[in-house]
This record gives sequence, structure tokens and C-alpha cells, in this order.
Amino acid sequence: MTRELIIAGFGGQGVMAMGKMLIEAGLKENYHVSWVPSYGPEMRGGTANCSVVISDEPIGSPVVTQPNELIVMNNPSLSRFEPLMEEGGLMLINSSHVEQTPKRRDLDIRFVPCMEEANRIGNPKVANMVMLGAYIAATGAVKMDTVKEMLGAVFHGSKEHLEDLNIQALEAGAKYISRN
Amino acid sequence: MQKELWKGNEAIAEAAIRAGCRAYFGYPITPQNEIPEYMSKRMPESGGVFVQAESELAAINMVYGAAAAGARAMTSSSSPGISLMQEGISYLVGSDLPAVIVNMMRGGPGLGTIQPGQADYYQATRSPGHGDGHMPVLAPSGIQEAVDLMWDAFEMADKYLTPVMVVADGMIGQMMEPIVWNRTEPLPEADKPWAANGRDGEGQTHFVSSLRLQSSENEQFVHTLKEKYEEITKNEVRYEAVGCKNADILIAAFGTTARIASTAIRKLEKEGIRAGLFRPITLWPFPYEALKELALQESVKAVLTVEMSLGQMHEDVRLSVLDKKPTPFYGRTGGMVPEPKDIAEKVREVIKEAGK
Repeated sequence: MTRELIIAGFGGQGVMAMGKMLIEAGLKENYHVSWVPSYGPEMRGGTANCSVVISDEPIGSPVVTQPNELIVMNNPSLSRFEPLMEEGGLMLINSSHVEQTPKRRDLDIRFVPCMEEANRIGNPKVANMVMLGAYIAATGAVKMDTVKEMLGAVFHGSKEHLEDLNIQALEAGAKYISRN
Repeated sequence: MQKELWKGNEAIAEAAIRAGCRAYFGYPITPQNEIPEYMSKRMPESGGVFVQAESELAAINMVYGAAAAGARAMTSSSSPGISLMQEGISYLVGSDLPAVIVNMMRGGPGLGTIQPGQADYYQATRSPGHGDGHMPVLAPSGIQEAVDLMWDAFEMADKYLTPVMVVADGMIGQMMEPIVWNRTEPLPEADKPWAANGRDGEGQTHFVSSLRLQSSENEQFVHTLKEKYEEITKNEVRYEAVGCKNADILIAAFGTTARIASTAIRKLEKEGIRAGLFRPITLWPFPYEALKELALQESVKAVLTVEMSLGQMHEDVRLSVLDKKPTPFYGRTGGMVPEPKDIAEKVREVIKEAGK
């Protein structure tokens, strides 16, 4: 199976980081992976997106033009990428920031209130990790434990408390998706 | 071996250092800025020299100076910057100097866009700057190959005393994928008895120059270049042919475009269309003979060239096939990237046309 995912949102929402974490986890689980950032004249507050491919076969095109999975973190990303989606694909929408209603009827669409969940944990900065947790729970693309281990390797010493916070966010996202 | 995730530009910079490059000169331009950025930190750590030059012109002439003094030197830029370096590259050719130039191509002409392009093919393969010159041009289609080719680029530069160009595009520069470090040992120091590195009060003064005012002498020199190019053509032609045996159609593409084509080929396979991928790795010397042989197979109905340009490698493909088979073209240009479904559609169209 080849997951062709686009993650899109505002610069600063952590869309690039989500993509990088996914391919790192994918690599640890021996998948073929690639990550391509949009690198136009981007700026903070502008739109940003990345193409992520996770596959059990060698990757041809690393550029995703017809995603079978989509993570939408803001309104402009919904307008831009929803029409490109493959029929029957999975679309995860950050309902904290996306007020627009999706138009497609042929997609599996799930809403995740990333900001509300992150605020409930106590830090709005981990909203992207809520979405990442939701994505992993919804797809099983990689194992949650793989990502948790990675967080442990990144956050240690004086940053150890961040490991906990990020894990809480992942779990909150996963829990939300399993209930809704 | 441990797989590591690397960003293309950074991997290329690291590979150059590991291969033994100890002098980098460059000037910023998107989409290759991570190369000088990485070099600015790692080169001094590795005991090498990093200079952010005041312009591309200065950068390539610093490369010239360092190479003339015997250093393993490189620069990198992207399309408009490479145009500015053309004079210096011609001087490197005219002085038999080894150096590596990385071109992360973007959509042109002019300042164009920062998105991927392949329209510098003519510039790279026909002549590096003015005069009767050539240089080996290596075109990786992914980060692993880009890394491996950096060793080969410096090796070829030293062996043939020539500038070598590595051409990729913004996609390969910006993307991340896993690689293994197949080679870790730096290349051995080449013997450079001609290097102008000071004679310590002894021996002959070494003089490196491309100026030969006597035309007869200059002609003689150009003929030595010709012999060099024949040698390179004999030894260094590289390509990859995937599924070309008994294929219905061949797709000729290099770099990023070849990867995108391989996705199209998988789609077509499911419909029963056997499309082979012919991917030149050396754009110069071009694998004319290998492509010709595969194109002449009875099963092959056409050779479709796909590029991010209006069709430049297309000319070399046509020189290989020589009208013995149809040689259609599909391309996007100006920074636009072809999509697998469009390539697949073009293949269906070509096959239908050939069936008439």
C-alpha cells in the first residue's frame, strides 16, 4: 500500500514537522518514505504544505498530486486540496480553524478540534500533535509507540516535560478520533 | 547499513565533504541555499575553506584559483547563477582544472521561478560557456544517487582534469528521503604536479592559464581536449534501463522527471501497457548507443521523451533513434512539474497513434 498524504496549513502550525515525524517513524518501521516541502515564497502566516509518501514499495514520484490522504489545518488548504483528492480518500480536518464545509461526498471526512484539545491539555502549541495522533489512530500508518519513542529521544534533560506534553497531545487526538 | 533521513541539499554538501572536498565558494540562490548554509558550518569543522563570495562570478573564479592551487574545490548555484558562472567554467575547461559545480535547476528563462526545472540541459551538455568545450554532466534522480555521485564527480574531475557538473532540480534539493552512506572514505589526494601552490624557492614556476595567443598552439590544445572527451565518452557513459526489454514503448527521462515517469509506468502496467524507463545518468556523455539499441527492438513502438522543459534532451533522444521510430515529446516547463496521470495519458495516446 502506498499512502500519498498532503499536510497543509498556515506556516507555523507545524505541518512540516508533522510530515517529518511521520517519515521518520515510517523509516523506523522499514517503510519506503519521502517528504517534499512546498518551498515557494512562503512566510510565517502564509500557507505551507508538504507531500508525504509512506509505502511498502520503492517510491516513484515523491510529489503528491492526487492524495489518498489529506490533513487540512486551515481554510485555504481545504479549498486548494479537497478537489485533488482521490475518490474514497481520507480527509482529516482541523475543525478549530476550518469553518468551511467540505464539498466532496465521496471521501471519508473526519473532524478534529485540534486547538480545543491542545488547550485542554494546557498548551496550544501541541495542536499539530493532536492532529498527528488522530491521523495515526485513523490510519495505522505507523505505530503510536514508534512516535512516542522518537519524542523520548528528542526531549530529554531540561526538555523532558515536553515529552509528556506531546505524548498527551498524541493520545488526545487518538482518543478523539476513536470516539467520533 | 543504517538508513538516515537527509534533505537533498544537505546530503549533497555532506557527501562533498566526505568525498574530500576542502574548498567551497558560493553565493546564495534558491533552491540550493541549504548547500552553502550547511557548508558554512561543516567546512570549517572539516579543516576546509568556506567563502560566501560577493557574486557568482567571484565564486567560480575562487573555485578556479583554489583548483589551480591544487585544492579539491566546488561551488553550487541554481540556473540564473550558473549562467553567471559560464565564463569561469569555460576558463576551468581551458586550463584543464578539476572542479565540481552543482546546479539545482529552477524554471527559467531569466529569474523565472524557484520551482523545479530541467531547461538548463542545453547549457550543461552543449558547451560549458564559450569555446570548444564539454564537461561530464551527472543527473541523479534521488538523494541516494546524488550522494553517491558526489564521489564520482570529484573522482572524474581529478582523473580527467575537468570541471564536472551535477545537475538536479529544486525537488531533489528540497526533499527528504532515507539514504545509506555507501562510501565514507575520502578520495585519495590526486597527484597535481602542475598545481600553482608555491615552489618554496626551488623548481619551476607553475603557471595555470587558458590564454594561448598563438592560434596554432591553441588549436593543438583544443585537440588535446578532444582526446580527453573521447576518453570520457568511452569510459563514463551511464544510464539506467528499467523494464526496457521487449517494452511496448520507452520513456526517456532524467532526474526528478524519471521518478515521476516511473509512477506513470506502474499505472500503465496495470492496464497491460509495458512502458520501459530509459534514464540517462550522464547527460554528457549521452548514452546514444544504449538507447538506440533498446529503441530498435521490434516491440518498441515509440520513444517518448519527458522533461521539465520544452524538449532539450529530446534532441539527444532523436539523435539516438534517428527517425527509425517515432520520438514524441511531453513536457511541462517554467517551474511546473509533470504529473504521473498526464504522462500515462500521453503514453496511451502515443500507443494509439502508433497502432494506426
